[in-house]
This record gives sequence, C-alpha cells and structure tokens, in this order.
Amino acid sequence: MCLGIPGKIIRWTNRDPILAQAEIEFGGVRRTCQMACVPDAVEGDYVIVHAGVAISRIDRAEAARTLAELARLAEDDGWRGEDSP
Amino acid sequence: MKYLDEFRDPVLAHRLVQEIRRIATRRWTIMEVCGGQTHSLLRHGIEEELRDVVELMHGPGCPVCVTPSESIDFACGLALDPRVIVTSFGDMLRVPGIRGSLQQAAARGGSVRPVYCPADAVTLAQRNPDRQVVFFAVGFETTTPATALAVLQARELGLANFTLLVAHVRVQPAMESLASDPTCRVEGFLAAGHVCTVAGCESYEPFVARYRMPVVVTGFEPLDLLQGVLECVQQLEAGRPAVSNQYARSVRAAGNRAAQQIVDQVFEICDRPWRGLGVVRDGGLRLREEWRVSDAEQRFGPCAPASECEIECRSGEVLTGRIKPHECPHFGTRCTPDSPLGAPMVSSEGVCAAYFRYRPPAPLQVTGSGR
Amino acid sequence: MNGSLHCPSGGDDQERVLLAHGEGGRLSRRLIRDRIAGRLANPFLSSLADAAILPPLAGRPVFTTDSFVVTPLFFPGGDIGTLAVYGTVNDLAVSGARPMWLSLSLILEEGLPLATLDRVLSSIAAASQRCGVAIVTGDTKVVPRGTADQLFINTTGVGELLEPAPAGPQTLEPGDVLLASGPIGRHGVAVLAAREALGFDPPPVSDCAPLWDAVHALRTGGIRCRALRDATRGGVAAVLHEWATANPVTLEIDESRLPITDDVRGVCELLGLDPLLVACEGTMVAAVPADYAEAALSALRQVPESAAAAIIGRVTAPRSTRVVVRRLLGRLQPLDEPAGAPLPRIC
Repeated sequence: MCLGIPGKIIRWTNRDPILAQAEIEFGGVRRTCQMACVPDAVEGDYVIVHAGVAISRIDRAEAARTLAELARLAEDDGWRGEDSP
Repeated sequence: MKYLDEFRDPVLAHRLVQEIRRIATRRWTIMEVCGGQTHSLLRHGIEEELRDVVELMHGPGCPVCVTPSESIDFACGLALDPRVIVTSFGDMLRVPGIRGSLQQAAARGGSVRPVYCPADAVTLAQRNPDRQVVFFAVGFETTTPATALAVLQARELGLANFTLLVAHVRVQPAMESLASDPTCRVEGFLAAGHVCTVAGCESYEPFVARYRMPVVVTGFEPLDLLQGVLECVQQLEAGRPAVSNQYARSVRAAGNRAAQQIVDQVFEICDRPWRGLGVVRDGGLRLREEWRVSDAEQRFGPCAPASECEIECRSGEVLTGRIKPHECPHFGTRCTPDSPLGAPMVSSEGVCAAYFRYRPPAPLQVTGSGR
Repeated sequence: MNGSLHCPSGGDDQERVLLAHGEGGRLSRRLIRDRIAGRLANPFLSSLADAAILPPLAGRPVFTTDSFVVTPLFFPGGDIGTLAVYGTVNDLAVSGARPMWLSLSLILEEGLPLATLDRVLSSIAAASQRCGVAIVTGDTKVVPRGTADQLFINTTGVGELLEPAPAGPQTLEPGDVLLASGPIGRHGVAVLAAREALGFDPPPVSDCAPLWDAVHALRTGGIRCRALRDATRGGVAAVLHEWATANPVTLEIDESRLPITDDVRGVCELLGLDPLLVACEGTMVAAVPADYAEAALSALRQVPESAAAAIIGRVTAPRSTRVVVRRLLGRLQPLDEPAGAPLPRIC
C-alpha cells in the first residue's frame, strides 16, 4: 500500500500554509501536487508524492549513500561484470 | 525516472541476493508489513529468489483490505441516498462489504466517484453545492496528511457539503498485536517506508527493546527490499536486533513534523476494528471533537456494527501471517479476484490477489535468465 | 463517470438534437442530408437508399462490427468518431484485409448539442479519408434524454482479404518472435487522465490511428505473419492471453524491451498501473517466425504509425503458466489477465 513516487519540483505555485501547491514532474508529465507537508522544499528538489500530497523531500546525500553502499557490495570480489545475467 | 530506475538495477539485485544467501546460516522468517512491498516482492520474483534462506510473511499492510465491512456497507448505503456522492480511492470501490461493493452500489443507481487524491473530493464538493460529498477516508499514516489537508481546505473554502467517513488505521499498534501473539512466528520486520516517512521510526525503539526483533524501515523498489532483507538477516545472524533505516532518503527519525501537525489538528487516536483482526487498541484515528461536523457518521447517522461475520474467509489468519494465501482451502478455487470471498482477494494490493496474480496455484517453471 | 450533459437553465441558445430528429420526418431528413451525408459524400451514400449495392471484390470479403462508447467523447489524440473508424478498420487490417467500406450507426441522446455532433462527424470524415474507406450506409436514432450517454456509434466494416493472410494464433510455434508496432498503453492513459480530470501536463495523447499501412508494409516486405492483433481493451496482456488459449504455447514478454513513452511511464508509476494492461487504439502485437523478425521490424519502422516498433518477446514451448513476463530483475513472472478497466490506486 501507500504508493509513493518521486517527482521533481518544477515550480511553486502557491505558498499558503494549507493550500500550498507546486508543479511536479514525473517522467514525461507534470501534475500539481499539495506541498503543505514539505514547506522547505525548493525547486529542483525531488519529493515523494502519495495521493497527490508531497510527504517528504528526498535527501540526495542519503540516496547517494545508499547507492554507494550497494556499489561497494557489488565491487567486493570483483563480482560485477563477471557473470552478470 | 530518477530515484526509481537506480533502485531497480538487476546486477546489484543479484549481488544482494547472493550476499543474503552467503550470510544466512538458517532460514529466517521476516514479515514485510506493507502491501506495496508485498506487491514489489512478488512482481519481481524476489520472494521465490530468496525462498530457501528467507521466508517472507506478508503483513496486514493493505488499508483497503482491513477496512471493516460495516464501513463499506455504510458507504454503499450513503451512495444510494440521492443527496449524496460517495468518493474514494479506486481500489476501495471494488472491495465488498457484506452487502456488496461501492461499484455494485453504483450499478444500482448510487453516486460513486473514484478520486486520485482527497483534494479532488474537495473540488467535487465545490462543483456540486447541492449535493453532500462524502469522502470515504481509508489508509495508513501515509495517507492521513492528505485527508487532514482536505478537511482543512474544505473549511478554508467554506464548504458545508464535504464530510468524511473515516476508516484510517495506524500500523504500529497492529504490529504490536502481532508481535505480542505467542503463536507469532515472525523473527524480524521490514517496516513500511512511507508510513515511517510521515510517522518516523523512533517509536520502534521501545518495540525492539520489548520484542527483541529487528525492525528495518524499508523502501519499495527491488534494491530497497533486498537491502532491507539483508540488513534484517545480518541483525538476526548477529543476534543484535535494532531499529535500522534502509529508506533514509525519505525517512527521518522523527518523521515529517509538518505532516504530523496537520494530522494532529484534525484527528485523534482511537481504538478501531480491523477487518480480519478485530478491534486494535489505538489502531485507528477519528475526527477530533471540533471537527465532528465534518463526520459523515454524525451527519447521516452512525455506522451500524457488523451483524454477520465472514466465517469462510480466512483473511484474519492471512493478514496476521499465520497462513499463506495458497494455504487457504478456498484460494484459487472458490475465491478468485473475479469472485472473492474476502477483501485481500479483491484489492489490487491485497496479498491473496497478489499471490493469485504473480504466483498462480501451479508452480512456475523458471528458465535461466539469459535469452 | 456520468456524461456531463448539464443544461444550465436559461441562456442556452445552442441548437440541440430533438427526438424529432430521429422520427423520420423533415428534421430527420435534413439532419442526414446536411450534416451526415454532406460530410461523408461518396457515390454509394449519396443515393441515400435503404442499402448500398457494392461492386464485387477480387478477394474474399471480410466482415466485422464494433460499437463505440467513450467518456469523454473528445480526448487528446482523438474522439469517439476517430475511434469508430479506426477501431473497425484495424479489426479488418489485422485480419489481413484491405479496409473498403463502413456502415455508420449513430444513437444520439436527446439534447446533444448539434455542434458536438458536427465535430464528431468531421472527425469521422477525416478518419475515413485517411484510411481510404467509404462510409456507404448508415442509420440515426434519437433516444430520450437520460437513456444514453450523449452519443453511441456502431460501425460495421467490409474489407478484401489479400492472400496470404496471417495464419492465425493457432499456428504460433516455439521460437516465433513477438513485436509491438509502437509504444503501449497510450490510449488508456489518455482517456483515464481526461475522464478523471487528473490534471497532467502535457495531457497524455491517445495513439488512436489506422494500422492498415503497417499491416501492408509487413505484407509487401514478404513477411509471413503468424498472427496480428490490435491491443485494444486490456492492452497487450489481453492479446497474449487470447493467443495463449488458441494454442498450447507460452508467450514470454521482456519488460525491459517494451516501448513506452515517458508520459505513459510517469502516469503508470504515479497511478500504480501496469502499462501491459492498458488499452491502445493504434498499436498491434505481431507474431512472426524468428527468421522474419528483423525484416518485420524494419518494414514496420518505414511506416509513420509503427515507426517505434520493437521486438518485445517470443513464443516458447508450453509451460504451466501460459503468459509470462521477464521482469526487470530477470525472473519470469506470470502476467495477469486483465480484469476490468484500470483504476488509479493509492495503495
């Protein structure tokens, strides 16, 4: 449950605390989403959107850290490229 | 798409599987709490890939499936009232109560509209000033900010024709009720990443201390899930259970404070019945006293408690992980997505439907991964 | 979900369809002569006789019918009129027949603005001209307000079979290659987004288009086609399930090779839909023997309607699951048979 998809903030369109909105890009389309839960997010940030509401701002550093950890695991014993499927 | 595609890399996924296999000295039983995680695990075949080292039990994390049938019946009754338009998420429309689903109510002349988000229900109320728009609010902590915002927006817009039928539930109390059951076989949990995005993961510290089980907050993409399983197995092998956050790109320890404040303005914690589980203490939310005017049960009379129980459907055992869907005698025979006996077979996130879709009764023979 | 035929009381000076338009009198005659026959002019139709008498065909006649209901009537990339022409033309084309003649039956709801009808008829005229088919006979009925949703259309088509025709799904053999003639899921996403007013920008556009040129390109390229099918309701998954019941083989799709546009990808991720189950209206699935696969691909890519064709999978010996998809991690997983139209989900 709780389908949430990352999208990129293109433009804030409303800064009201309750009615806050921004245009968010998902793949090839944009949609206006509710921004009241991520008041500090800025244009260019990625947010996770669930049921039309941005529920978090993606922490780029944490995402990079997770991916780096995975890359390190793959490099252990030179596994990558040897018998990739 | 950024932050999706990177977490679907097949090479890294195979490496993670290999690593989980390498470190596991026995087969561990891990429950993923959230239905979205269940779907991703089954869709990508991760469950089968890990079968010999990890038994994945599927938790009660489908809000549509745990919505009590009396609420659905009440919503159907409202839909047939000519003054009312009932609106909810698409997956809610197909789930039957005891007297049918909202889709069937629409076929009998009821007004039922699917929405993608609660704000669309507010717009619907704005456009239909002569009708009462009732938003059938289901969902976990992830979805409550969206519902709370809709209530606040409706007030901001001065709408008197927008009400909620609240069936919001809270995940952690349900996990407590599972973990404290002496028959529970679960040894570690993958907690639901988007629930924790809103609610945070600090609150799992006392849980881990009490039940001595790892809780790994986990995302939804294949690499997230595999990394969550790896972390959980590492903790189990080391005998050092802890709260750990695999989904740190979205989840902060304290959760999303802004979202929590919005929810707290509108809702308060209450006991709530879960379909298949019974009443869960502190397991749900209701509107606060000052918002009761926005409560459809206040406006249209209270929702009658269920008079019949669904004896044949064993969804309670499935949702608590006591049996797997295919271990139910009705699975795939009397109970299919086209003629379901219970909610988990209907909802697209339901675990029985997921098993039916991705793991049909006969085992699938898998060839090598090269073409 | 319901049609929006609100008639705001007063101030409405639009010309509208009346019950009398369907009752055979002067209004009926004027409607047919001025609005319908005028737009669709051809020698068969202009006589307005009870039936069209058509010349003999060189090949075997191929005959099909389809009814069209869609909400909203107009959506990005098409409307009910273009659907009604291309839908029937495509059923003929994938059978291996050159589309020749169509009938056109209209069921109009009392109160439908005549401007709406005009717009749909213009689309029908343009679409039939694009495919080189003539609308040779037709019928118009009007039903009382509330008993239909604005406008329903039925078209029946006759085509001429060009031998050798696709042999049919019962001839599929292990080793055959499966192709999609273009990006999948576009029509379903476009209509869902328009109907539910989901507010996507740019609005997703339907793939609504005729497939005869693509079929003809395969034919002139000397490709032996086992089977062709336009992937309408239920999308590619529905075609594969239908084929799998015709023949004891397993059909295997490779998710990483599916042609998908960025807008369909974004909408499907956001709404939790599987593009394999979403409808197309100008995209077909083709099965060809492996030796012909590359030639089929280059033949299709010569034609504008199938310029983005791709190999998407293959036919294998039968296994316990008859339609499978190799998901991104490399495992084969069953592909569900579509059950009902996809709805946006939260969970």
